[in-house]
Parts: sequence; C-alpha cells; structure tokens
Amino acid sequence: MAQIEEANLDGMAHLVSNRAIKGETMILNMGPQHPSTHGVLRLLLELDGETVISCIPDVGFLHTGIEKNMESKTYQKAEVMTDRLDYMNTTGNNLVYCLAVEKLVDLDVPVRAQAIRVIIAELQRFSSHLVWLATSALDVAAMSAFLYCFREREMILDILELCSGQRMMTTFFRPGGLWRDVPVEFEAAVREVLKVMPRRIDEYESMLTKNPLFVDRTVGIGKISGEDALAWGLTGACLRGSGVAHDYRKFAPYSGYEQYDFEVPIETAGDVYARYLVRIHEMRQTLRIIEQALNTLPMGPVRSNNHKFVPPPRSEIGTSMEALIHHFKLWTEGFNAPKDSVYVAVESPRGELGVYLEGDGGPKPYRVHWRTPSWDNLQVLPVLAKRCLVADLVAIIGSVDIVLGDVDR
Amino acid sequence: MTMNEHTFISALKSQFNGEQHEFRGESTLLIQRDQLLDVTRKIREMGFERLSDITAVDYFPQENPRFHLAYQFTSLANHATLGLRVPVPGVNPSVATIEGIYPNANWRERELYDMFGIQIDGHSDLRRILMPHDWEGHPLRKDYPLGYEEPQFTFNFDEIDVRKPYAKD
Repeated sequence: MAQIEEANLDGMAHLVSNRAIKGETMILNMGPQHPSTHGVLRLLLELDGETVISCIPDVGFLHTGIEKNMESKTYQKAEVMTDRLDYMNTTGNNLVYCLAVEKLVDLDVPVRAQAIRVIIAELQRFSSHLVWLATSALDVAAMSAFLYCFREREMILDILELCSGQRMMTTFFRPGGLWRDVPVEFEAAVREVLKVMPRRIDEYESMLTKNPLFVDRTVGIGKISGEDALAWGLTGACLRGSGVAHDYRKFAPYSGYEQYDFEVPIETAGDVYARYLVRIHEMRQTLRIIEQALNTLPMGPVRSNNHKFVPPPRSEIGTSMEALIHHFKLWTEGFNAPKDSVYVAVESPRGELGVYLEGDGGPKPYRVHWRTPSWDNLQVLPVLAKRCLVADLVAIIGSVDIVLGDVDR
Repeated sequence: MTMNEHTFISALKSQFNGEQHEFRGESTLLIQRDQLLDVTRKIREMGFERLSDITAVDYFPQENPRFHLAYQFTSLANHATLGLRVPVPGVNPSVATIEGIYPNANWRERELYDMFGIQIDGHSDLRRILMPHDWEGHPLRKDYPLGYEEPQFTFNFDEIDVRKPYAKD
C-alpha cells in the first residue's frame, strides 16, 4: 500500500489562529465531496463551536491542465477545450475564445452570426442562473425551487441541442462566425422560452423573495462593501450586489451588445439576499435582450468569407480547387496568427471572463490564460465567511455561484 | 485606445521610462522588474480600482528574459484598461508581490509560483494552489513535457504496467 499522507496543518499554520494550534478550536474538513460545495471544493474550517474563525479554500481538484493542452493544439481545435472550463456557461467560453482569436488575427464576423451569438449566450446565461437558483435555494433548504428550475433549464438545453446537436458542450461558435446557421425551428423555440419564462420567474419569486425562512437565512449574511468587492476583484452579481454597476456588456460592448437596450441591476446591501435579487433581476433583463435580438435578427451569412481563417462551405469543395486547398490547409495546418498578445473579456454569468491569448506566428497559441470569474469570487470566501455560522457558510458559497471547472481549469 | 488611456500611458512613461506597445487597440507598457511596485502604486493612485489578471509567458529557451509577466488593470471611474509587462530572467526568477496594493493578487501570484516557479518576494501565503503540494516541476513552463498515458493493450499490458506510475498494491 502506498503511504497516504495524513492531512495536517504544516505550511498552513499561519492561516489559522493560535488557538487552533493549541487545540482549543476545531479544524474541520469540509469537502471535497460535500453536496453544498458545488463541486470538488475543499474548505478547511477553523471552528469555535459553530462559528467559523477562519476558512481556507483548497482548490485544484478539477485541474485538468486546459491552458497547457491548448498550447499544443491549433486555434480551431483548441476551442473544444473551452467548453470544459465553466460547464454552466459553455457557449460563453466559446464566445470569449472566438472573440480573442478574431481580435488576434483581425477577422470580421457577419452581423447575423453576432446576433445569434448574443441570443445563445444570453440563453446560456439564463440557464446558468437557473442552476444557481436551484442549487443555492436548495442549500438553504428550499427544495421545490430546485425541481422547477431544472425543469425549465431543459427547455434551454433543448434549444442548444437543436442548434448544435449537443446539450452542453456545443462548440457552436467558431472563430469567424458560427458552425452553421440555426435551424428553422429555432425562432419558435426561443419565442416559447420568452413566453413561458417571465411567469416562471414570478413563480420562483413567489416561493423565495418574501419567504420569511429564505429571508432569515440570507439577509445580512456574507456582507461585503463595494470598495472591498472592487479591491478583491469580484465581478458579476457579487460586485453588483454591493452597489457597483460594472458589467462588461456595457463597459466594453462586444458582439453587438451596444444595440440592445437593457439595465444593469444593482443592489447596495452586499449580502446573500442582494446577490439573489440581482440575479433574479438579471434573468428578466436577459429575456429582454433575447427578445430584442430575435426581433431584429438580420439575414445573411453566418461565417466570414475570409477563407484564410474560416473553412469554405462543404458545397464549394467539390467544385472549386481553391476551396479544396483552403479546406485542406486549414484542417491540416491551421491558420497562422501574429506574434503578439490580446486580452479580451466578456460578461459571463459569474462575472468577468477574460482570455489572454498570445500567438507566436504559427498555427498554435503560444500561451492561453483564462481569467475566470469564479477564481476571484472564491478567493474572497474567507473574508465573507469571517465569524459566520457553518450553516451560513453554505448559503454564502451558494450565493457566490462558483463553478469549480471555472476555478481549476 | 481611448483618450484616457493615452494620458495614463504617457504619464507613466514620463515617470518610469517604460516601453509602450500597441496592438489592436490595446496599450501595454513594458517596465523593469524593480519598478513594479512603484508603477503599480502609481496605477492604483491614477484610479485603477481593479486588478483583472496576472499571468506569465515562458519564452524558453531564451534566458534573459525568460518570462514575461502580464498584468491587466481596469478602471471603472475612468473607463480604461491598461496592460503591464514585466520581464523576468530565467535564473532565480522572482518578482515583488503586489498583494499589498491589490489583495486579489494573492491567489494569482500563487498560481504564478505553482505553474511557472516564479518566486514571489514578500507574499503572505506562497504555497502551490492548483497542483498537489508535493508536485515536482512547474507545468506551464515550456520545458515541462505535456504528459500522456501509454495505452495498454492485451499483448503489451504487463510490459507497460511495470513502468506505469501508480500505486500497485
């Protein structure tokens, strides 16, 4: 039997209080297999009774070396890995990667592709918020919201399947546009979502927003001020729940977001309840964006016709020698990107999702770095959890909405 | 690049003599390693409330500088973003921590230490973060091989099993 090292405080003693070293407080290991840590997150808690004195997050259980792996694949092939980062926001990851590649090689995307990207990314944001609502409500023992949210999420996953053949890992967006145009059933399916969801959001709200049990568990818990939230690099609902109206869709609009009229909801309390309200409001805004994008959806191509970067359509390959050469070159060699770097960020359901992409003149990225929102949002957990109860810690983790695939990459 | 970013870059350049780089509308300032703390403090004073990102790039086999650290700052008040690049040599790579100015640098600098083996001077909690604490090597360095597992078939199962690293009994 290989020797298994026992967990100890070596190297972590500076993170707990002196009382823990003397054995007066208890060190409790929460996770990595714990239902309320939303994945494989391990927390080392120092407890005085039920009060959390200090909390040390231990991450990396889901580290799959995506950044290293992407360096060994061509720009097109590396995209498949991006789905696997934040598995609640797969198309959002595709989007930021495609935007970065397009910026690096200076490639234009047709307007129709941009609008469809917006619709699908917003649908994904909605479904991500549904999962957040389901699981975070479950953490504070509201079971029925969980079942309802997962029922509604299926509608959105069905739309993704309709477009790409995949429910979750779609890779539907490609550098230069989309994999292909959406099918004819797409519009009706999205209209159905737009019709059904506002009522359903009201339903969730009637279950939670004024529910005294829910309010008791969330108001005043896990507070952080706007200034601290900025300093700790929080983004998304964690930052907007603390009264700072920062949203990349407004700050640096991408993919045509500047055409759509929507609000950036903020709350000032900075607690778990405020983050809940922000996300609920955001779900309504998301529907507004989808509706506008769908109503103004332009016709036209969905892929750039720059065949140095985007493969020509299948129909051309049989008739055009040039198309055949482009196809062959793109799928054997890939395209070359300049020797320089870009940093592109988008608003994912969790906050600022950025990608640092550096090319070296060849067909493979020299360095890809993911600035993932969950990384910073989790980092602040010891601050949020200072002197709260263990049961409240669970509510706080739920409200921060981390995805461990996003943290560990 | 917006007007704001122009003024920030030129203010920094006049004080610290950095090298300015422009690409696709992004402005980056290349500074020397020992200036990092002063420049970051100045950037914070200029109203950049957020540190978006820190990452490193390994230019192995080039040795001096082997690494480039890339910092991204964002200012909501001024509606501006700013990139900073810091070259770091390959022998005893180290850099000062900016944790005191931007607290969220803590984990990002731990990631640099873990993935690139760059020593962060003055860091409060310099441990590996993603890899196990007894891991050898720094995975994102270019001289670290991209590992793979040898596929075992019936005809060579035992042969490969002998050299495969896992707990066997």
